[in-house]
Amino acid sequence: MNLVWLVPFFPLIGFLITGLGRNQLGKSAGWIASLAILASFIVSTILFTEVKSIPAGSPVVVHLFDFINTGSMQIPFSLQIDALSSIFLMVITGIGFLIHLYSISYMGHDEGMAKFFSYLNLFVFSMLLLVLGANYLIMFIGWEGVGLCSYLLIGFWYKNLDYTQAARKAFVMNRIGDLGFLVGMFLLFSKYNTLDFVALQAAIGSGTPDVSFLTAVSLCFFVGATGKSAQVPLFTWLPDAMAGPTPVSALIHAATMVTAGVYMVSRSHFMFTLAPTAQQVILIIGLATALIAATIATQQNDIKKVLAYSTVSQLGFMFMALGVGAYVAAIFHVITHAFFKALLFLGSGSVIHGMGGEQDIRKMGGLKSHMKITYITFFIGCIAIAGIPPLSGFFSKDEIMMHVFTGGAYGKIFWTLGMLAALMTAYYMFRLLFVTFWGQFRGTEDQRHHLHESPALMTVPLVVLAILSVVGGFIGIPAVLGESMGMSHALHEFLKPVLATSLEVSHGEHLSHQHELMLMGIATLIAVAGILMGYFYFKKYNAAKESSGIFKFFENKWYIDELYDGVIVKPLFTISRWKERFVEKAGIDGLVNGIGKLVQLGSNRFRLLQNGLVGFYLFMTVLGVILLFVIQIWYNKF
Amino acid sequence: MLIVLLILIPLLGGLAAMLMPERNVHIHAVGVAITTLALAVAGYFHFTMNTPGIDLVYQHSWIESLGATFSVGLTDGLSILMVLLTAIIFPFIFISIRNKQPERKNTFYGLMLLAQAGLMGVFLAQDALLFYVFWEVALIPVYFLSSMYGGPRRIPVTFKFFVYTFAGSLIMLAAFLMIYQHTAHQFSFGSFVGAGASLEAGQQNLLFWMIFIAFAIKMPIFPFHTWQPDAYEQSATPVTIVLSAIMVKMGLFAVIRWLIPVLPLASVRWMDLILLLSVVSVVFGSIMAMVQTNIKRLIAYSSIAHIGLMSAAIFSQQAVGLQGVAIQMFNHGINIMGLWIIVSILENRLKTQDLREMGGIAKVAPAFTIALVVISLANIALPLTNGFVGEFMMFNGLFNAASPYRIAFTVAAGLGVILSAVYTLTMIQKVAYGNTNSLTEGFKDLTINEKLILILIILIILWLGFYPKMLMGLVNV
Repeated sequence: MNLVWLVPFFPLIGFLITGLGRNQLGKSAGWIASLAILASFIVSTILFTEVKSIPAGSPVVVHLFDFINTGSMQIPFSLQIDALSSIFLMVITGIGFLIHLYSISYMGHDEGMAKFFSYLNLFVFSMLLLVLGANYLIMFIGWEGVGLCSYLLIGFWYKNLDYTQAARKAFVMNRIGDLGFLVGMFLLFSKYNTLDFVALQAAIGSGTPDVSFLTAVSLCFFVGATGKSAQVPLFTWLPDAMAGPTPVSALIHAATMVTAGVYMVSRSHFMFTLAPTAQQVILIIGLATALIAATIATQQNDIKKVLAYSTVSQLGFMFMALGVGAYVAAIFHVITHAFFKALLFLGSGSVIHGMGGEQDIRKMGGLKSHMKITYITFFIGCIAIAGIPPLSGFFSKDEIMMHVFTGGAYGKIFWTLGMLAALMTAYYMFRLLFVTFWGQFRGTEDQRHHLHESPALMTVPLVVLAILSVVGGFIGIPAVLGESMGMSHALHEFLKPVLATSLEVSHGEHLSHQHELMLMGIATLIAVAGILMGYFYFKKYNAAKESSGIFKFFENKWYIDELYDGVIVKPLFTISRWKERFVEKAGIDGLVNGIGKLVQLGSNRFRLLQNGLVGFYLFMTVLGVILLFVIQIWYNKF
Repeated sequence: MLIVLLILIPLLGGLAAMLMPERNVHIHAVGVAITTLALAVAGYFHFTMNTPGIDLVYQHSWIESLGATFSVGLTDGLSILMVLLTAIIFPFIFISIRNKQPERKNTFYGLMLLAQAGLMGVFLAQDALLFYVFWEVALIPVYFLSSMYGGPRRIPVTFKFFVYTFAGSLIMLAAFLMIYQHTAHQFSFGSFVGAGASLEAGQQNLLFWMIFIAFAIKMPIFPFHTWQPDAYEQSATPVTIVLSAIMVKMGLFAVIRWLIPVLPLASVRWMDLILLLSVVSVVFGSIMAMVQTNIKRLIAYSSIAHIGLMSAAIFSQQAVGLQGVAIQMFNHGINIMGLWIIVSILENRLKTQDLREMGGIAKVAPAFTIALVVISLANIALPLTNGFVGEFMMFNGLFNAASPYRIAFTVAAGLGVILSAVYTLTMIQKVAYGNTNSLTEGFKDLTINEKLILILIILIILWLGFYPKMLMGLVNV
């Protein structure tokens, strides 16, 4: 357990080697970086097997050194490992390793390859710090670190100013959320004088909770989560973030970083569970995000944009789970989503690679005969996300919806709306699949000749992720199905020691087994319906039709970017230009210069020479003499 | 004696620099600056290890008739940090201009070293009159430097700077003399604190504002700031570094050392108003920085925002906040020096300060770009850079201030956190990203000399960001 520091240490070393040796290493940088992540993965696996022996409620905390240490504030640099962080370690290093391998081939021709891998290693280091931090400050360091790497990697192809614009937008929107995170920390620290998870849980858990205080803190932290995890209203950066290389989208903007908000809320379960109002807000925001993003996804034509909005929508589902206190379900969905969304993104990368950089699905079509492995694995990813049993997405989504259904007074309404989002999910994923892989090839002759399946280094990760997407759901078999087969909800059992206090609280009304099976049946039917809709509309897709009415509104992303631009960005710049012109130049400065001129007028009389320096000298001497007089006068008084 | 040498060596070194043959003067100045640095480091170790037999306080009779003594001392972490900063900045400046020497070298290095002596005095003085004298000794060489070296508008700009700061100094002196009336004719720090304590709140108010305005001009905070962007833009880079990295700290330092201890009642009485001014500085500076097209003015306004936060943290009068300020005053000095060195490299090669004319430099000068990005990230206080810890502590202090508006102030100042990302990343984008143009395509990457200096700065940034123990040890009193 004391080896926990090794987990972030390997990627840090990898970052230093690939970063400092970027001019010398060439192609081997990719292998060094991958090796670093593999080493982390091995240590994580060892920790994972040991973590079960940790007694409930007392994680292993490893104190590395004092970070802030003054009389009035003590925050150590320490790491903490328990079941929750262990699960995330497995996802980050496991999927991270696969994506590193994939990138060796995908980025093989890029001149900035070593730089790319050093950023990727730095990202993994920050992400590991985020989930291993034993207090909010260390978590925040990782939190900002992943934001930085996201910025660097979105703008990786820096010659394109649109890409760097997208990178900046991502960073700034994250910073808006970070302010919430910071204020949350200040609130906690001023009341409890610590930011330590263990100490805070003990302090908050004992005695009567101050609900309004905890609600305020929880909402502040949730603001932080909306930034990092792309929830309404701060979600618009994520689709733009697709400017980065595709492995980045898979690793950072699908599988790991964007789920940091889910991790943070789960880690803070002891506060959120005691703040029902905050939970209600999270539920509503999560549902709104799931729905809005799904509607937009149905109208996008860029293969990565569809997946990006899909990611936003799926994150919405995770937050719905957090909103009803179903932490295990949320984390379950983080895991399965990491499998199938990484798979889909890497698959899209394979497609883009094969199409020579083309991302517009209207110019693809008929790829299934040329790219068999990509097609089959992509197909598996689509069924998994659509929620067809027994693939992984079905189980995790089902568990979330079950908890939404039973959670609170409006549970059934929320469930219905959530199912609408699920219907759209199945529809837009299969629209994507059919338009890309079925029908006639619509690209140029050049592209047709060039068309090829990707090399093994890219397809092997696809196959591994496809297998995980199929079987990943079995770590969380619901009781109603598992009991008869003698299988339990392994993930629930595993996380129980960490989340015990909150899991007891959150169980609402209990559904009968019949009811539960019925909901599962409905969910499956809805998924099938979505797939069939996609099939009928797009099996023989040939040419794009101009969308109109509400679809035009969806296609243009609800005009939210335009709204922010008009309401916040433009006015802010107008104000500052206005300030520059009137307040600075004319107002304060005018006043000061006026006084200055007056003084200058006076001093000019004393000027013997027009030379500025000499005048200066004289002016000072005069003032000095006056000064001496003043002193003299005072002195004589005594 | 060590303490006196901290002032004496740059003072004598400066005078010598004015008289010696011009070809030796650069190496002489570097030698003097490094000797001073060695002394400061020795002072630091003596202070932290509490070496027996080494006295970090020195006293000598001076103007006995007035009750003023020559009394200096390294008495706390704050003065150590400021002395260290002053000692670090000058060798960096001198080495960074090794290949681009100013005209009239004797005058230049002489005045620079005299300014250093004055600054050391300001941070060491334990006597109010002595403090005032050093305050002026530090300023006068800088007036001359900024009027003799720099851009075409330097004369009117320096005049404005002069009027501003000199007016401030006079008011401060008057206030000091008024306080002096209430002492037993002593200028010592202790007697000033005693005199201040004997004053009623009503009497304190006037004095408070007189001294505050002098210091606020120096910092500067809104609305006393208009000399600053002009001065930073028009002065030569070495002078700008002295102004922005050290001289603005004089104002902050003086508030902590003199204003609040001497006039505690008024400092609490006017807390809300000054917190408001400070927070306005943060927001105002950030918003102004967003629309600047001149890189020097952008950094100048960004500095106003940073100083505003430090001022807010000081007047919150919370232990954490004050410790954060001490740390940040040091780190801000390092970072802004780094930024100005970056800017001077740009300016020397491109002959422009206009961001609109730049672009694409990342492609032709990767090493330069890495330095630009790391120092910029420190400027926006990203965790694991040196800017973060102090900022975090300062915000904590502000958040716990005994003010009814503390949360509003914190959130408003927090806007600076967001906006700093906007303007700093815009700056990086405009300098480094996109395609090269006819001006930037020939941009040469860093020379060995530049690399050495920037690597040192980056190492300080990362070391103090990752492992701030040295800073913590100093402020933890």
